[in-house]
Order: sequence, then C-alpha cells, then structure tokens
Amino acid sequence: MLEGMNDTIAAVSTPLAGAGLGVVRISGAAAVDIAERIFDSVGGRKLSEIAGYTALFGHVHDTDGVIDECVALRFAAPHSYTGDDTVELSCHGGVYILRRVLRAAIAAGARQAEAGEFTRRAFLNGKLDLSEAESVMNLIGAQSREEHAAALAGRQGAVYDAVTDCRDRLVSLSADIAAWVDFPDEDVPYVTADGLVSGLREVDGKLERLIAGFESGRLMREGIDTAIVGKPNVGKSTVMNLLVGCRRSIVTDVAGTTRDVIEESVMLGEVKLRLSDTAGLHDTADEVERIGVDMADSRLRRCQLAIAVFDGSRALDEDDRRLLSALDGKPCVAIINKADLPQIIERGAIEAAVDCTVTVAAGSGLGTDEIAAAVAAVAERWKIDPSAPLLQSERQRDCCVRCREHLSAAIDAAASGVTIDAVGVCISDGLTALAELTGECVSDSVIDDVFSRFCVGK
Amino acid sequence: MDKQYYLDGYDIAVIGAGHAGIEAGLASARLGCRTAVFTINMDWVGNCPCNPAIGGSAKGHLVREIDALGGEMARAADATMIQLRMLNTGKGPAVHSPRAQVDRRDYSAYMKHALELQSGLDLKQAEIVAVERDGDGWRLVTRLGAVYTAAAVIVATGTFLGGRVYIGDTSYESGPDGVFPATELAESLKRLGLPLRRFKTGTPARIDRASIDFSVLEIQPGDENLSPLSFSSDGRVQNKAVCHITYTNEKTKQVILDNIDRSPLYSGKIEGVGPRYCPSLEDKIVHFPDKKRHQLFIEPCGLNTEEMYLQGASSSLPEDVQLQMYRTIPGLEHVQMMRTAYAIEYDCVDPTALKATLEFKDIPGLFGAGQFNGSSGYEEAAAQGLVAGINAALSVQGKPPLVLSRADSYIGTLIDDMVTKGCTDPYRMMTSRSEYRLLLRQDNADERLMPIGREIGLVGDGDWAKFEKRMEQKRAEIARLHSVVVAPGDEINQLLVSRETSPITTGIRMDELIRRPQLDYRCLAPFDSARGPLPAAVIEKVEIEIKYEGYIKRQQAAANQLKRLERRTLPDDINYDEIVGLRLEAREKLKAIRPLSIGQAAGISGVNPADITVLLIWLDKRRKQ
Repeated sequence: MLEGMNDTIAAVSTPLAGAGLGVVRISGAAAVDIAERIFDSVGGRKLSEIAGYTALFGHVHDTDGVIDECVALRFAAPHSYTGDDTVELSCHGGVYILRRVLRAAIAAGARQAEAGEFTRRAFLNGKLDLSEAESVMNLIGAQSREEHAAALAGRQGAVYDAVTDCRDRLVSLSADIAAWVDFPDEDVPYVTADGLVSGLREVDGKLERLIAGFESGRLMREGIDTAIVGKPNVGKSTVMNLLVGCRRSIVTDVAGTTRDVIEESVMLGEVKLRLSDTAGLHDTADEVERIGVDMADSRLRRCQLAIAVFDGSRALDEDDRRLLSALDGKPCVAIINKADLPQIIERGAIEAAVDCTVTVAAGSGLGTDEIAAAVAAVAERWKIDPSAPLLQSERQRDCCVRCREHLSAAIDAAASGVTIDAVGVCISDGLTALAELTGECVSDSVIDDVFSRFCVGK
Repeated sequence: MDKQYYLDGYDIAVIGAGHAGIEAGLASARLGCRTAVFTINMDWVGNCPCNPAIGGSAKGHLVREIDALGGEMARAADATMIQLRMLNTGKGPAVHSPRAQVDRRDYSAYMKHALELQSGLDLKQAEIVAVERDGDGWRLVTRLGAVYTAAAVIVATGTFLGGRVYIGDTSYESGPDGVFPATELAESLKRLGLPLRRFKTGTPARIDRASIDFSVLEIQPGDENLSPLSFSSDGRVQNKAVCHITYTNEKTKQVILDNIDRSPLYSGKIEGVGPRYCPSLEDKIVHFPDKKRHQLFIEPCGLNTEEMYLQGASSSLPEDVQLQMYRTIPGLEHVQMMRTAYAIEYDCVDPTALKATLEFKDIPGLFGAGQFNGSSGYEEAAAQGLVAGINAALSVQGKPPLVLSRADSYIGTLIDDMVTKGCTDPYRMMTSRSEYRLLLRQDNADERLMPIGREIGLVGDGDWAKFEKRMEQKRAEIARLHSVVVAPGDEINQLLVSRETSPITTGIRMDELIRRPQLDYRCLAPFDSARGPLPAAVIEKVEIEIKYEGYIKRQQAAANQLKRLERRTLPDDINYDEIVGLRLEAREKLKAIRPLSIGQAAGISGVNPADITVLLIWLDKRRKQ
C-alpha cells in the first residue's frame, strides 16, 4: 500500500471539460525523463537541457503516434507548485486528447495521481504554510471517506466478483508455492513451472478482458474516436454538419478550407461518436495546409472509426485510391456524397474496400438516417455486454494493469526456468496490486489458504 | 508466603531459560548488564520438548539471523548436531533453509554451560511467583520467598505459565516433559494489566528404537556437503544419524475415528487455541478425511538414547488409543511408547500489547519473549529473546532501542506481524510471510544483520574480520566476472547447447552467462582460467547476486521505501483523537496499536494510504511548530 510515496505522479490538472486548453501535469523525481519520453520539441531541444520556467513547443505522442501539438513547460525543484521537478504539458483541451496524453505519461513511467496528491506533496515539501495544513488534512480525510464508501458500494457486483475471482486464483497459486516451500518434507503436490504458467495465463486473460471492457466502457461513455476523411472538397464538413445538426466547420467551395481539426461529440442512435473533421487528404504544396494535412493523416491512423467521404459525381482519382488503401483494416463507413448529381464514381471499388457504403446528398440534408444505421452497424464491434464486469475508474484499471505487469514477469520467469521463489515473488506483487482493489492482506490470505487446502504440519 | 527476604539486585531479570530466555540472558549480559536467569528446573535449560531439531523452512533463516546478530542458537546447533539438511534446494535460493537434528541432551547441556560461563550472568533455579513494581524498577519474588530486584524484567515463560497437560480424559497442571509449571505468576502478571489468554500446543510420543522394524522404512539421510549454521563455526559438521519415514493408513484413521469422542480437543475440554501448522493426527484425519495417508518421520532424540521422536503424530488421545493407533503404522507394529503424546495448554499474552522493541507499551521496563508472546517454535522464541534482551539492556543503559525492519530480516517480520497484526493462533514463521523474501536469504543473513550486531556490540572482532573478508571477496569476484569475456567457440557452445540454452556468436561477459537459468558458476569454470579459489559461502553469494540481480533490485526498491517510512518515527504521546482527517476506523486501530513509526502504521489493516498521508502531514506540521 505504500507503493508510490516517492513515485512520479501525473494527472490532468485542468477541468476535463471542452476548454480551449488543457494541462497534464507530471511531478516527481522522474518528471523530466518521463516527459522526454512522450514529448519531442520542434527544434530538437530536450527538456533536460532547458532551465526552469522555460518552455518548448513540439508534439506529444504515444506508441500509436502523435497525439497533439503541445507546449511543455519545465519547473525545476524546488521552484514548482509541489516543490518537486515538474513538467506541464499544455495541449488542446479535448477530453480525449488530455486523457490520452495522461495515459502516455503513465505508460512512460508515471503513476496516476490520487485526488489532492499534488497539494499533499506541496505541503510535505514545505510549499504550503501551516494554516493550510489542517484544511489539506481535512480534504484528504473527506476524500478517503468518500473513496471508502465508494469501495464498499463496489463490493457487490460484477467487477468485485471478477477481481475477487482473479485474486482467489492467485492466492491459490501462491498457496501452492507456499505449502510446497514451507512444508518441504511433507507430501504436498510438486509445483511445476508449466502448471504455474497455465494458471497465471488464465488470470492474465481475465484481467485483459476486464481492461478491454474498461476501454469499451469508456468508448461508450466518451464516444468512439471518429475521423471524417476524404480528399478536399468532397463535402466532409457538410457531412459533419449534417451529423452535428448545425454548421460548425467553415464550408466553402474552395478546396482546402478546413485547416484545423475540429472536434464534436454526437449521439447517433445509441452510439456516441467523437467526430473530427479533417483537412482534405491530398498532396499539397501549400505550407500552411501541409501541416493540416499531416495532422489529418495522423488522425486517420489513430482514429477508431473512419467516415470516408467520396464525391459520387467524379471518378476515383489517385488521392481517393490512396485513401482506400489507407483504410484497409480500419472500421469504416464510406459515404458517397453528391447523390443529387450524375453518378460517375466506381462504386464497386469502394464497396470492396470498406465495411459499409451509403449514398447521400449531404447538402440537401438527405441521408442522416442511412449514415446513422451504417455507423451503428459498424459500431457493433464495440458493443459491450451490459452484464459484463466493468471497471469503474482509471485507478481500478491501473491496479489491473500493474497486476498484469507482475503476472507477465512471473510468466516470463517461470517459462525461462527461473526458480520458483522468484516466480512466487512476482505473483505476490501482482496480488498486492489487486489487493488495492479488494483491500485484504495478501500474506494472511495465502497462509489461510495453505492451511485450508493442505494437510501440513508436524 | 510468610516471610520474604531480599537476596540480590540485577540490571535485568529473565524469567525462563528456554530458547527465548537463553538468548535474552546472554545478550543482556554480553552487553554489560548484570543479569539473572531464573529457571524452574536447572536440568531443563534449553530443553527441546518437541522435536529434536533446530531450523527448517523459514526457521533456518531465523537461526542464521540470530547468529548474525550475535546470538547463540546456531553455534549450539553446530556443536550438537547429528544430521543436517538444506531444505528446498531446487526451489530457489530465497527459500533454501537449513535444518539440523540435534542431540537433545547435548544441546541442553551446551546451552546451560554457555549461561554458566557467561560473565555477568547468574543462572538460578527458582520459580518466580510474583513480579511487582518497585519504584522505577521491579521486584521478583520466588516460591521460597526470596526477593530479587531488577531494572528490567523479561518474561519468557514458554508453556510453563499456567501449564496444563491433556491426555485423553486425564488432565493435570504441568509444564512440558513432566516438569512442574508456574502456577502463581500468571495472576501476578494479570495484576499488572497484561491481557493473558490460553493457547495450546502438543507433541507426539517418544518411542523405543528397539521396538521399531526399520527394515520396512524409508531412510532419510543428511546432506553430503554440509556447511555449519553459524557464520562463526570453523569446524566441519558431520552427519551421525539418519531419520526414517513411514505413513499412516486406513486402519490408523479407523482407530482415531472410533475413539474421537475421547479426545479432549473434540470433547471441548481444551479451550486454548492450537497452532494450525502443528495439527494433531486426529485433527488431520478429521479435517482432511479424503487423504489416504499421512507422512510421519522417525527422528533420533540423540546419540546416547534409544528414544525416537515421531514427527507428525502428535495427539491428545488417551494412552491406550495412542498405542493402538501407532501400532497400525508400518514399522511400528510392535512399538513401545516411552513417553506418551500430550497436548499442553498455557497462558500467553496478546502481542499487540507489545511495542516492536518487545517492551510492553504501558509497562516500561517489562518485556516479553517467545511462546509467552504468542509464537511457537524454538527459533521464533530465540529470535524474540535476543531482541528483548538487547532492548532491555539498551533501555537500562539509556540508549535508543533496536527495531528490526521487515525489509531487513525475518526477525523483524516476525515481530512486526505479531505486534502490529496480533495472532489468533500460535505464530510460526513461514517464507510466505515476507514480502521481501528474495532479499532475506539465509546466505546473506550476515550482510543484512552483522553490521547491526556489530554496532550493538554482540559481534566480536574475529567474526567481524571474517565477515569483512567475505564481503571483499564477494565484491571483487562480482567485479571480475563482469570484466571476463568468453569468446565464442566450439567448446563453450557445446556446453550451452547441452544445457539447452542458445549458443553464442560473439563474445559475452561471464556474468551474463551465469545469469542464464540453465547455467551456473561452477559449470563455467573451464572457460574462466583466471578464477581463484573461493569459499563456498562466497561463491553462493556471488552466484545469487548475479542470477537474481533484476529481482533483487526491484525488491530492494520496495524495501528502501518501507525503510524511509520506518525512519519517520511516531512519538509515544501522540493523541490520535486530535488529528483531523483520520478516518474513524484508522483512528481506533492506531490508538490500539500505537505504532512506533509510519512504516509500522502502514502495515495495520484498516489504516489506508490517505490516513498515512494525514499522519505524515501532522508530523511535519508538528516539526515546524
């Protein structure tokens, strides 16, 4: 439970509303290291090379690619809010973007900060005065009472059952090892690496499904990251406006008007989409537009659902074909726009490349229902079973992810012939991570299990 | 008692001369305190009333740790052992644990003599019937009316305190092995406010060697390559005896089930809580009815006796049923019992009344150790005795106490578990109780604890010089192995392939090869011509540190974190009711346990990280004020 008093922590430190700007704060001894792992400055300078209170402009990325443009501001200890080394990454304010930046920071080694943790550290580092201390203690007390109440409420239900199930299985594996080790002269079953690995894989699979369920759950809550793509002037913004129901993007007949990525959340039937309209995907010499097109490319790569718009009144050209091949394997709805004009496009080539194709005349407002139906059909894949266990918070997910890391270390150790004591320690660490969700004492559970299942003792 | 008379005054008085009392008395006297050790029977000092063995899984770790801190147990076991085995080889170095069969009478004689020879220590046969406050110190009253005074008292009464033996329908007041019990002391301790309760334990019959048919039994020999338990033992140890293995069967089970109503455990006569890891044979049969057979070990009690200990067959059934039951077992068809198996119930204290120093929280100058604290096992007792003895001496001398960390030792884990979590049945050490078990190995007990023992003053110059030499050899060899590069070649690749690990195509450092699970230090000797001769103990350390480097580093990081929190000590006068922000449950638990440090507080169930943060802030605020 004391994991983390000296960790580097991270959190979104601006309200998670659709503000214009949002900040992800990383604080702790490894803050600069971690920030450098997810941030590249345009000029190539590193955060570790700049002084406190100075900033770099660049891009923040995760393993899937660039997330957003970003200003990284460095604070050198002790001159920061918390008193520790701190980096603040200022990005565009979308919920999705900020969460993704936070996840990237966590993947790079930070730990999700608990509520009030920056303030606590600030106090412990002597950054707050004494009069503030009492209110901080009160705040923490209130938060922990709330969390405690929430944790108790979570003691019923599918998540608790699923986590307890994983925990019980790990306790049982640990008890197998403990009995075999602590009662060496007794006829306790031999523990084999193969047996352990198969048991561990089983638990790992369950946790993987829980985490995947959390991702689906988040998709349902936060919306499916959807990019509207297509070459310039096929009517992407018109399609977006049709879906959003109001004029949002600037729509003109001049190809290349939309230079920024514009985000919008819409409910389409039962499916929530987080839409973004991108600059047209085509080779361009215009430098300003070039940047927009690059961003659109990266949007296409990282989005979960693509709505690809084609002009039905024109034959497929090089840009269209390049787009079709880029869509390969991506969940996609193709929209053949401008159905009110004579249709020249090679419809078969599109249908062969994407999951679902609809024909609309977006300008006239026709086709919303067809698009909704097509999107719903494609979104089936993310549909979640409402009775399946659903993790409730990033913190719960974080516990499961950490548990899986320890289990994977245990599996690696067992499979490569490392002795059982080291495997056992990895399993114990995994259990400790899960115990944060269930609140039991690990070593007592293991020992109880030894004595209930094995006839041991002299 | 008609007349009391004053006899002598001591710095420290130890009540009991079992495994806890011995270490307590020796440590106290060696630290310069004038010490009295009281035993109820001079012939029973350092007795092994249960199995004639020292060590075992996790217990072997304790023995090595006691030795590193300057205790006596390992040296006594080395001097009197008749068989030695390293348990759990093949399961990994963290759980390797030595176990020695000892000659029970020799062991007892060795310990008695050690106490007698210790300067500053008086060994006395006397039953203490009262411990009373006497100004800042204590007065102890014996059965005969003698009064001794002491600045500090260590209670190490084992199963003698309020001891009652059960065999079938019969029960009577008794200590172990028929020695008389301490009948009045418990009342005196209750008057001091100690929360006493009843625990029970048991032991199997001792049987006559001549009545055993060894021809049908499996032999369990000692190990071939023996290294002594003590870091300071130079002499070689030798196997002088073997043990044997046999099994119960369906007939045994039937005899027990037919007579279960005559067991005091099942008829409700015994109220004391027994140890889960030490079940009687009737417990095993009842709780695991599907198990066809239970394994038993026949261990010699010594070289100059025909008594054999029947490990795994403790019982409190009536004597006639015991005999009938034992005679169903292969090899024991005509067995003669020399001592009957029995259960024993005794008074002990709730260990949450103790600080991690083993001093009572509310009673300065009074310490508890061993079975009296709610543990079980010779090694657990000795470990606590040593810590209680050290802390009693430090307290009398006005020096800061010794609190061993969970991150440093099994002893620290044992004491922290007991005083922080308490125990509902007699506490036995197990490797699974330590979250840092890859760090807390029997091979490196010296590295972990000898510097502490040295600082306290219990490790002598000779042992310290040898320790420093081992450390230098280890450091040099690890550095050397890091610099040696093995070039690819037919010979090395033949070895690698035969061991089912990938051959090399470029040069590779020797330590990288040793790190592979399929290889070891020894098998690579032909490719390491510069290798010099090193003691086996040093090679063991080198090999483990290289092979497990990654795991050790990870555990070390976690251990360091705990130690940082342990350095944040909590003052004794802390008023938890005045600390805002603590949850009610945490407040109650903290008030009950009164932890000595933030690290200890964090181990209390019901105290969560937010409560710990509140405490840290409170401490900080207090420091600034």
